[in-house]
This record gives sequence, structure tokens and C-alpha cells, in this order.
Amino acid sequence: MTDKIQAKIIGASKPRIDGPQKLRGEAMYAADHHLPNMAYAYGVFSTVASGTIDHIDLSKAKQMPGVIDIFHHDHFPDLYRTPSSFAQENKVDETRLPFEDGKVYYPGQFVALVVADTFANARAAAYAVKVDYSADAEPIATLSQALERGGEPKTAKSSGHSRGNPDSAYESSTNRIDVTYVTPMETHNPMEMHASTASWENGDLVLYEASQGVIFARNVMAKVFGLAPERVEVRSPFIGSGFGSKLWIWPHAIAAAAASREVGRPVQLVVPRQQMFTTTGHRPPTQQQIRIGADDNGKLTALTHDSINTTSMVDTYVESTGSCTKSLYDCENLRVSHATIGANHGTPTSMRAPGAAPGLFALESAMDEMAEKLNMDPLEFRKANYTERDQSMDLPFSSIHLMEAFDKGAEKFGWAKRDHAVGSMRDGDEIIGWGMAACNWEALKMNCDARVSLRADGTAYASCATQDIGTGTYTIVAQAVSSITGIPLDKIEVELGDSSYPSGPVSGGSWATATTLPAIAEATRSAIEALKSYAIGDGGAFAGAKADDLSFDDGKLSDGDGKSVAYTDVLGQLKLANADGEAHTPGAPQGEYSFRSFGAHFVEVRWDPGISRLRVSRVVSAIDVGQIINEKTSANQVEGAIAMGIGMALFEATEYDERSGLPVNNNYAEYLVPVHADQPDSVDVILLDHPDYAFNEFGARGIGEIGVTGMAAAVANAVHHATGKRIRELPIRLEQLMSA
Amino acid sequence: MRNFEYQKADSVNAAVTAHAGQASSFVAGGTTLLDLVKIDIMQPERVVDVNGLPLYDVEALDDGRLKIGAMVSNTDLAYHPTVVEKYAVLSEALLSGASTSLRNKATTGGNVMQRVRCPYFRDGVSACNKREPGSGCAAIGGHNRSVHAVLGTSEQCIATHPSDMCVAMAAIGAKVLVTGPNGEREIDFLDFHLLPGDSPEKEHALDVDELITHVVLDAPIEGSRSTYLKLRDRASYQFALASSGVIVATEGNTIRDARIALGGVGTKPWRAREAEQALIGEPATEQSFKKAAEIAFKGATPYEHNAFKIPLGQQAIVRSLTHATAARA
Ligand SMILES: Cc1cc2nc3c(=O)[nH]c(=O)nc-3n(C[C@H](O)[C@H](O)[C@H](O)COP(=O)(O)OP(=O)(O)OC[C@H]3O[C@@H](n4cnc5c(N)ncnc54)[C@H](O)[C@@H]3O)c2cc1C
Ligand code: SF4
Repeated sequence: MTDKIQAKIIGASKPRIDGPQKLRGEAMYAADHHLPNMAYAYGVFSTVASGTIDHIDLSKAKQMPGVIDIFHHDHFPDLYRTPSSFAQENKVDETRLPFEDGKVYYPGQFVALVVADTFANARAAAYAVKVDYSADAEPIATLSQALERGGEPKTAKSSGHSRGNPDSAYESSTNRIDVTYVTPMETHNPMEMHASTASWENGDLVLYEASQGVIFARNVMAKVFGLAPERVEVRSPFIGSGFGSKLWIWPHAIAAAAASREVGRPVQLVVPRQQMFTTTGHRPPTQQQIRIGADDNGKLTALTHDSINTTSMVDTYVESTGSCTKSLYDCENLRVSHATIGANHGTPTSMRAPGAAPGLFALESAMDEMAEKLNMDPLEFRKANYTERDQSMDLPFSSIHLMEAFDKGAEKFGWAKRDHAVGSMRDGDEIIGWGMAACNWEALKMNCDARVSLRADGTAYASCATQDIGTGTYTIVAQAVSSITGIPLDKIEVELGDSSYPSGPVSGGSWATATTLPAIAEATRSAIEALKSYAIGDGGAFAGAKADDLSFDDGKLSDGDGKSVAYTDVLGQLKLANADGEAHTPGAPQGEYSFRSFGAHFVEVRWDPGISRLRVSRVVSAIDVGQIINEKTSANQVEGAIAMGIGMALFEATEYDERSGLPVNNNYAEYLVPVHADQPDSVDVILLDHPDYAFNEFGARGIGEIGVTGMAAAVANAVHHATGKRIRELPIRLEQLMSA
Repeated sequence: MRNFEYQKADSVNAAVTAHAGQASSFVAGGTTLLDLVKIDIMQPERVVDVNGLPLYDVEALDDGRLKIGAMVSNTDLAYHPTVVEKYAVLSEALLSGASTSLRNKATTGGNVMQRVRCPYFRDGVSACNKREPGSGCAAIGGHNRSVHAVLGTSEQCIATHPSDMCVAMAAIGAKVLVTGPNGEREIDFLDFHLLPGDSPEKEHALDVDELITHVVLDAPIEGSRSTYLKLRDRASYQFALASSGVIVATEGNTIRDARIALGGVGTKPWRAREAEQALIGEPATEQSFKKAAEIAFKGATPYEHNAFKIPLGQQAIVRSLTHATAARA
């Protein structure tokens, strides 16, 4: 099959097949559904960080126009918690149900929900609800406050790793650094707000949800309402991105569904932008201590990476910053450990490249620091510690082309021309800095089901309950069907994002491609088998032939003797509408290989000390993620990740007031993300494109997250090269660079 | 968003009459007002729509001044040929503000009247003397890095006036023409915005029910060049951390006249008069610029997170003066 799959369509640069729908405004997002007789819900959100609700005064709000009902902890149906299991596919990050009790664990927590006839009336009445709290005088608003007075951190045992004798090896190393890095809380900020449109019919729930995982969402809602999963349908055909914040169900969706059942009307709830900073997950702040030991030849002798992050007061979320440190470089004596500590924040969640993004900021900054100490070219230092074996698993990597990424990236960037002396490269008023860092991400693959139909009208249909979160999944599914059938893309209809379709993966972990395409391919082949069975049956085009003697190519069935019949004719002759195939494909093969993706970023910054202005001016990224399925959408993922990495390096930080524990910059004007004008003048993405067939038949490992990893370190390292300042706390702000 | 009464005015006098007291607001582009109404920080009971009033013209007066209607959009003003040619500092300041779509909606009058960006003002619950006189100022001792001032602050309020346009107008010199129940009057631009002092809730010199009809710019200084430099974290779509609008006229290498106004650092559009005086008669050199920059921030008060604005503001002054006096190819 391999050569078929490699037919031109796989790897081609194809525009998104759902592009025209989006352009014309025909793509319906969760809040675009306005159902007959629908009511609108608006939250009342806690204005204290920690405490208890003394009293909720609804007298004014209840009199407001259009108000239907107002829910709160004394007026809300009893629901069940979900077991929150990944294996059972009912995981959430925030397990506490909305309005469970009168306690407040974080600012922005739902304390009441107004349901009214219009959005404006619901919001106006929500503003009129008065809530009295007994607030804790000293809420925990930041990681440093948590470390000061948050009690004992909790060690996260499952994600730790240790080999050799890291501590003693470190102590006896010739060259040592011991440095601590700090990353802030960051917020996903997808363009589309979180939204739920819920309706009930005969006790069955239909939920339009901005979701990266309709199967998980369905299972969670079934658990929460005590229903069989068949009685819940979650639809998310389009979402305006999620970056991880829409992976799991949050309290608003439960609140909307419960409210809808109570008031007996469809209910829509959109989470306001302010509460998207507090109430639908975030990347938690981390503090990471890294110690590196190396010999005089630049060979690593010891590496420890000990990290702590805040979690909420009710749930434990581990930001596994050491996940790449375990295996990126060759080192016999190594430890990574993670711990968490409670803060008055909502529960954190995965944000694009969870663990790896803050983790590689720390590791790849520290590698730069060590290279400087050793007086080595930072690129050479990394090459000196290259390994093709995952020492944490004691397995070889299935496919690694990191050296090629280093070399191709360096060549395109012109790294050889780097003058290693700090501040030595100038252009007019500006000092130029060049920095680099490796990127790394685990390759994962899940179970998946899919269905494909070859239809008599010459089209094909494919469906799977995974999602296209804007990344191009619709398009690559069509490419997979086309690669096997020869049916052109515009004749292939793809349906995703509905829990009633064959079970598919959440769109996260960069595993949607590697998981979904093999199932689609298998279902396509099974549809072809069905077609053959029709063809050899009574009245079929190849009646009496053996199925094994028939082959399918370019839309035609052929026997060995020169007879070919278009599949549309095979079906038409029998008056059949279609030939269907279903498939189930398993997760990644275990025990033989470690599957990971690799790459390198090379970054140029320009620092104008006369006006304290820092800009990223040039980026070259070379990425090794196995087979590229669609060059356009792949490059687009990396380019977007580079922009996000620049944001992480220079701008993003969700801030809380240390006194009140309330959010400070929870809006789009004050929470800075890069805008168009911040995009570097030149961004080159080099996709290495070496298929990894040990991983799956397409050889693809997935590309959604790796581009963010290492990017902040590459920027910070370039900043150091330009300014001599080593910034270990993100974001890098101009006041940290201004001369003391 | 609470319901309010809405009325569209068809003349200046009708607008003034319809605007009946404290509980009323005019709405022009709505980019400040509606934002704040939506988050329940401004709660007008009556909104008088001034879109449609005949205040869309930019008119060159015989005495060399430029009369700008209050409804002229920030975009139209920035690209007006006279502004581009004779008031570069204003055109550049306008174009450095907000985003294209906001500038298309934002008006001259609304921009003058825009509210502070202080997060504690906008969160609806923190202590804020501007929102709730007498409640205190949460910004002092809190997060005060980006939108808080080092000049003109008081113990009651330290929020910056966020406008870029107004900084340029402060440098150029202007009059604000207003119409109220008692007729028309003229307010000097530099007297229009008020220092917070003990009553930060009082932000400007307008009386209740008065409508801005025009801003009249002083005639350009003969033979001068001007420019605006805005410094911030990201390259666009952010309020100034520090900005400098300068107008300079030189004779040979000697500075004959100079204007310096600052944004992002003051509680009102900040005119640095002493610094200007220190420049006049001096050679146009980096040394003179640095001296003026130092004078401009004499007496500045840094807060917990914004001390860097003092050197940053000085850098803005030096660089913008350097640009405005550089030899031209
Ligand atoms: C995200 C964002 C970013 C921004 N960035 C910048 C920036 O970088 N730089 C910058 O300078 N500005 C910035 N702004 C502010 C923007 O310039 C102002 O919102 C705009 O100029 C206000 O004009 P408007 O016509 O929309 O005013 P409106 O919102 O209509 O009115 C604002 C206020 O002025 C009053 N008013 C309006 N017209 C009159 C009149 N003729 N007489 C008396 N009172 C009147 C209203 O009652 C109201 O109180 C930004 C705004 C936003 C939302
Ligand atoms: S600085 Fe001014 S606007 Fe901000 S909290 Fe203090 S009083 Fe309110």
C-alpha cells in the first residue's frame, strides 16, 4: 500500500476543503445555532478569589425584563461528577460541578447563572445580581505566594524519571550550572469564545459545543446527567481553535445543559472573554531548577530538571516540563521531577505543547548557558550530545533526523557567520542577536474508528468523530481517501465533529493525524472490499471472479485480464447506492521504539538600545515530524507556532493582583499576544519529510505542537547574544534589558 | 448591558438639549463608550447619538489655523492632506493608535474624551477613586506597569491619559470649541484635561451637557518639522508605554523653537515646557536632547512597576528630536 499512499496527493500543498464554507460564513460554530424558542444564559462570576458565599440577592435581577430563571448553589439540580478518566474517555480537568456548594475557589468561578429571553437581558440581569462573600484575607494569587504560604507541594510521581546518579554525578562534574527559570501563567485565547448551545428532547441531550473532543464531551455529559452515552450527542463541526482549552468539558457546558433541562427550552451560553482567562483553563506558571554538568569536551555528565507549577485548590494538573528533558540529549545521569501546589486559580489545562513549551524554554536556555560557559558554539554543544536512543525508555527512536534539522536550519539561517561575542553584530542603531534551540515533542497515536463510503454518483464520503480545529483535518482525511481511491478531493465529502460518528480522537497532543488517517485508510480499503464482493456476485461486473484477483486503482476495478470497470458502473449496474467500509485501528505499537519528533529553531532579534526596542526579525525552523501529509497546512501549523512562541517569549502573561487575587489583564487589549506587525520579516519553515513507517502506514507523526517548543528559548538565547542579559523569567520585557 | 434611552440628535443644539444631565452620555464612534457600557463600568440612562451632526469637516482658517469637526474620524484626520503635510506629528500619532478598524470608528471628539485603561477602573470591584470617589486607588501598590503614569500623579489616581492624538495636539497647541446650554465657549487644549489631584473623577473641563464641536489647531510653526514616536512592547495595537511628539524649528544647527509633548507617562497629555525652553538657542545635538529629556522628567514619581518609563520616556524624546532634526536626503 505504501507506494499508493505516496501517490502525489499525500504531501501535496492543498488548500483547506472547508475554506470556502468559512469564507462565506456558512461554517456554523457553537454559538451560531439559534434554536427555536431558545433562551440565553449569562454567568455571574465570583469577584473574590477565595471564600464563601454569604448571600445572593436576586431581588433586583428577578424583576429585570426577560428573566426566566436564575440558578445558584441553592437552586440547581443535583448532578453527578464524572470519574474523569482518560482511559474511559470521560476526562475533565475541573472535576467540581458548577454550583456544587457555596464555596469560592477562584475568581471568575460561576456563582450564579441568569437565563433570559435575550443575550442582552441575561447580561443586564446578571450585572444586577448582588453577591455577598466572606472573602479570605490572603488568597493565593501567584506561584511565589503559593511557595511562601501554600503548604507542602505535592510530588507528581507518575511523570518523574531518574537514571544513573544524577546528584552525585552533578557534584563531581568539571563544569556545572545551577539555574532556575520561571514561566508565567498563559491563557489560550482562541478567537472563538467557549460556547454551548444545549437542547433536550424526550430526555436526550443535543449539545453544540466548541469542543476539541466530541466523544469525551459526550461521555462526560452522559456521566454528569446519569444517562447512557447514546442519549447524548455533542456536535462540533467547526471550532475557532482551542489550543487545548477546548479539550475537556468545563463547568459552563454543564451549567448550560442543566439550565436548558430545567427551563424546558434550548439554552445558549457563551463564556465572556474576561472569564476565558479564569474559567476555562490556562497554562500554569512554573518554576524550574535545572542543573547541568559537562566535561571539557562538552559531553553532558549530569542533568537534573525539577519543576513545580500551581494547580487549583480542587484538582491536580501537572505541567510536565521535564517530558522532553528525559530523552532529548545523551546523558547517563539524569532526573526530572514535577510537583504541584495549590493556588486560587481555576484548574489549569493543556495549552499547546503542554509541559514541553515551558520545559524546553528552561532546558534549551540552560543548554545555551552551558555552551557559553564551555566557550562552545551552542549548536556544536547540542550536536556533541546527540543520541538516537531514548534513554528514559531504553529504546531506539523510530526515526530521528535532528542532525539534518540542525544542519539544514543552520545553513539556511547562515549560522556559520555568527560572531559569538555578545553584542558584536550591529546594523545602524540596532544590535543583532542570533540564538537557536532544539524542539521536541512526543508522537502519540490512539484508537480510532472510521467509516468510508464509495458512492454510485462518483463521490466518496468519510466520517469520524474527531474534529477539525482549524488545522486542516477535513482536508487530510480527504487526501487519505483520495490517495487510495484516486477520487479527486472535490468529490470527497468529509464529516467530522459529531459524537454520533465512529469514535475518533480528541484533537490534541498532535495525534489527530497519526490516529485518524490509518483508520480512514483502513475503512477505505474495507469499502473497496465491499465493492469487490458486490462485483463478483450475481449480476456483478465481475460475476464469478475471485475477489483476490481484482484490484482497485484510480476509481476502477480490474481483473488480471485487461478488464476494468469504473466503480460507479459496478454499483450502478447493481442499483446500489454505495459500498461501505468501517475500520478500527489501534494505538501506537509498544515496546520496540520510542516515537518522537524533532527540530530546531534559529532566531534573529534586533535590539535598539537607544529606544529599548526588541523585535524578532528572522526565524528559520527545520522540523522532523515524519511524512508531511499536506505541505500547506503543515507549514501553516509551524508558522503559527512560531508566532505563538514569540508571544510566549516576549508578551504573554496572565496576571493576578497579589492582594486581592483578582485578574488584572483579562482582556485582549492588555493581555498581549503578537499582532501582525510583530511577525518577523522572514520566516522559513523547512519540513524534512522523512516518513516514519514504524509509527503508522502514512509515516506521519503530527505537527500541531512541536513548533512552539524551544521557540521561547531560541528568542531568549538570541536576546542574550545581543544584549548580554540572560533572562530566566518570561516574558522578556524591555525594562529587563535596559541598562541598569 | 443595561437598557438605556436612545436619541439621535439632528443638530448641535438638539444634542445639547437632549443630553439632560449627569446620567446622559453622547455617543460618537462608541469605541470607548460601548466597551465600558458592556462591562457595566459606564451606566448611562440616556445616550444621545451625535453621528449625523454636521461636524465632519476639516477647514483651513484664514489665520493659518486648522479647524477639525468633532466627528472627523481618526482615519480621515490622519490622512487629511493638510495634516499630513503640516502636522506630521498628528498624523503619525493617530496612525500609531489602536487598529485600523478602531480608527475608522473613533472620532476626534471621542478620542479627546476617551477614558483611562487602568485595569482596576475596569474591573468594577477594586478600589478606584475615578469609578467610585473615595474608595481608594488599587493601582498604587498593585499592577501599575503599562497604563500608569510617572508625571502628574496624585495619591488618589495614577492612571495615564491613554490618547496618542491628544499628545500631538498638546504639542501643536489647540483650542477645544464646545457648545452647551449657555452657548459656545473655547477651552485651551492644555487646560482641557485635568490632573487627578484630589478629584480624579473629574477628568476634563467640560460642563455637564457641553458638547465638543471642534478642535482648532494652532498654525504650524514656520519652518518646523515634527514627528511622533511611540514605544511599547509589541509593534502595534498597544497603548504607549512612553511616547513623544516633537516639533522643532532650526536655524542652521541652532534650535529656534521646540515643542515636546509626552504620552504614556502622564495623567494627562503632557506638555514638557521646561524641556522645550532648555532646547531653544541650543545646538541640535544629542547632548542638548539628553539634557532636555532629563528636564522633562524632573520630579517624576515612579511606582512599583513603572520606574522604567522615566528612562524610556527620555529615550523617546531624544530619538524623536534626533529624527526631527536629522539632515534630509
Ligand atoms: C482595543 C482598543 C485599543 C485602543 N488603542 C488606542 C491607542 O493605541 N491610542 C489611542 O489614542 N487610543 C486608543 N484607543 C482608544 C480610541 O482611540 C478611543 O476609543 C476613541 O478615540 C474614542 O472615540 P469614539 O468616537 O469612539 O468615542 P465614543 O466611545 O463614542 O465616546 C467616548 C466618550 O466621549 C464622549 N464624547 C464623544 N463625542 C463627544 C463630543 N463630541 N463631545 C463631548 N463628549 C463626547 C462620550 O460620551 C464618551 O464618554 C483604543 C481603543 C480600544 C477599544
Ligand atoms: S489609578 Fe486611577 S483609575 Fe486606576 S485605580 Fe487608581 S484611581 Fe482608579
